[in-house]
Formats: sequence, C-alpha cells, structure tokens
Amino acid sequence: MNWFMLALVGRDQTGIVARITQALYAAGATLGEASMIRLGGNFTMMLMVRHAGNAAALSALVQPIAKAMGLTFHIDPINGELHRHEQPNVGISVHGADRAGIVARVTSLLNDSGVNILNLDSDVGGSEAQPIYVMRIEGQTTRSIEELNQVLAPLVSEGIRIHVDELDAMVG
Amino acid sequence: MWMNSTQWSGEHSFMAVLPVLTYPDSRLTGVSKPVERFDSALRDFIMDLEETMRVGPGSVGIAAPQVGNLHRIVIVDVSEKKGVSHHGKLILVNPEIVVRQGSLVGREGCLSVPDFTGNVSRAERIRFRARDMNGAIIDIQCEGYEARAVQHEIDHLDGLLFLDRLSSRRTDLFPRKKKS
Ligand SMILES: [Zn+2]
Repeated sequence: MNWFMLALVGRDQTGIVARITQALYAAGATLGEASMIRLGGNFTMMLMVRHAGNAAALSALVQPIAKAMGLTFHIDPINGELHRHEQPNVGISVHGADRAGIVARVTSLLNDSGVNILNLDSDVGGSEAQPIYVMRIEGQTTRSIEELNQVLAPLVSEGIRIHVDELDAMVG
Repeated sequence: MWMNSTQWSGEHSFMAVLPVLTYPDSRLTGVSKPVERFDSALRDFIMDLEETMRVGPGSVGIAAPQVGNLHRIVIVDVSEKKGVSHHGKLILVNPEIVVRQGSLVGREGCLSVPDFTGNVSRAERIRFRARDMNGAIIDIQCEGYEARAVQHEIDHLDGLLFLDRLSSRRTDLFPRKKKS
C-alpha cells in the first residue's frame, strides 16, 4: 500500500466529497488526514489516500468524477506519516484592513525568528469597499511571547492588529 | 510481594499507576455512577488515580472512568501551570456544575486520546459542587484553564470525550470568546 496526496479544486457544488470518497472506498483505498474547505466559492481538498496501485491507477478512479463535476486534481506520492502530530506552542492572530503583503511580511518575520508554522488559516471578511483581512497562525517556537511581540512590532506600528498567545493544550 | 517502604502511603496500600483506557474502549463512553460510600477503598483508589494522573505526560486532570472505574470521581490539579489561577489539587467526588458563564475556545488533549488535540469551546467561568474524599461538601468557583480542566473531566463521567465537542479550526478565525 502506498500513500498519495490528492489535491482537488473546483467550483463548490454538493456531492463532491461523497462521490470522491465513495469511489476511493469502493476501490479499496483508505484515507488519512484531510483538509477540505471552501475558499472564495471554490471547493478545495487535500486528502491523504492509501492505495495498492500507483498514481496512475488512483488517477483513473478520480478522473471520471472530476470530469463530470468540472474539477481539476493532482496526485503525488508522499510519505504517509500518521500518528506524529506536532503540537503548536504559539498562536498568532493577525487582522486589519486588507492590504498587499500582510501574509508575506508576517510569515517572513516569523520565519526569520525561527518560528515553525504548522497551520495557517486566513480569510477576507468585511465588504468589497472595506475588506478586512484575518489570519490565524499556529506554530512552534523557542522564543517567548514578548520576543515575538517585539519581532512583529514594526507591523503593529503600521496599524495591523497582532495578538500572540501561548498555546498550551489542556490534557486531562 | 516486594514492597519498598517509600511506596507506602496511607494505612493500607502502596500507590499504583493504573492502566489508562484509550479510545475507542467502550467504557470511556459509559455513564458513571455516583459514589455512595466514602471509605478507605475510595481513598485508596483516589491515591492510585492521582498517581496515574501524575505520570501522564503533561496531564492536569483525570477521571475515574479513564482507568475503567465507572464512578463519579475526578482529580484536577493545574497548579504547576504558570500564570493560571487555581485552587490547588481538587479531588472531586460526585461533582456537579451549577453555574456556567461565558465561553472560551481552547485546545485540549486527553490521556485517553493519544496523538490528537483539538479546539473546544467551554464555559469561561463555572461554579461547581462536589464532595471531597471524606464526603465533605466542596463549593468552588473557578475560571479559564482550571474551569476547562474541570469541565473536561466531568464530561468523562457522562461518557463524553472532547472529541464530542470539537470546534472547527477555521470558524475560530473569528473567535466568539467574550473577554470579561
Ligand atoms: Zn480526558
């Protein structure tokens, strides 16, 4: 059995997940971790699939559904590393009036200070006339909250709201 | 049986680390019964339960059903966490939450659910009543991290895991938490 990453994109419509996963299940494939989300009216899916065949065989399973529903997809062989979750210890919330470069500048500053980003979600809310940008990052760092606040201070002085918090999962 | 004197505690037994059940063991989804007898057997069990919690990786609470004993007993101790308000070690028998206020999303993990953490919305402040291990009444108000731990453990007594209460990562982009 081999692990693959199936990346699939298309106009959002009902039944995409059900049809794709049903076809995979019927062919004996099993699923790992997945992210499926609607981005700006598009359905997007990243799905870990374990299958006995090669990428071409897996592609043949997805192809008819993709064609019928107008979806594009891509399949890559991957190392399927389950049961090795990394725990984030810092969360960074960013929001402000939408402007070019927020993501690049925040992530560059974090990268330069050795923050390993594990998750990043961002969204654009507000109205067309006044869009607001909202981003949530979770990562791992050896820096303190104060140090990260200092690292991000130049952006705060430009009016971007940034809140850094320590993530400490309550285990019980 | 070999016994080292340092392992003795109390008058009868020495403490033991109990095996922790992991999901999907069906005992984790059962409803626990109230404790009726506050005797030495209860106190011995509570010592073992505490020992089991202490060796768990980073755990700040434990509930009796997690070791297969379906009785309404939990232990919470968040005193090791820095910057967190707390009431020290809480041994709660037959606990009951009587007031819940506010809500706060935070990350939780569980000794019974290895290699998984998720965001869960909990009441920010609670007031609960319980008995201590001798049967005396406890009535406490707590908040934040400690309140989260108490709610997580009491859920175990009703057969609920944090997996039953997960909130989507993405919906938390616009947090619903109400700051006091
Ligand atoms: Zn638990």
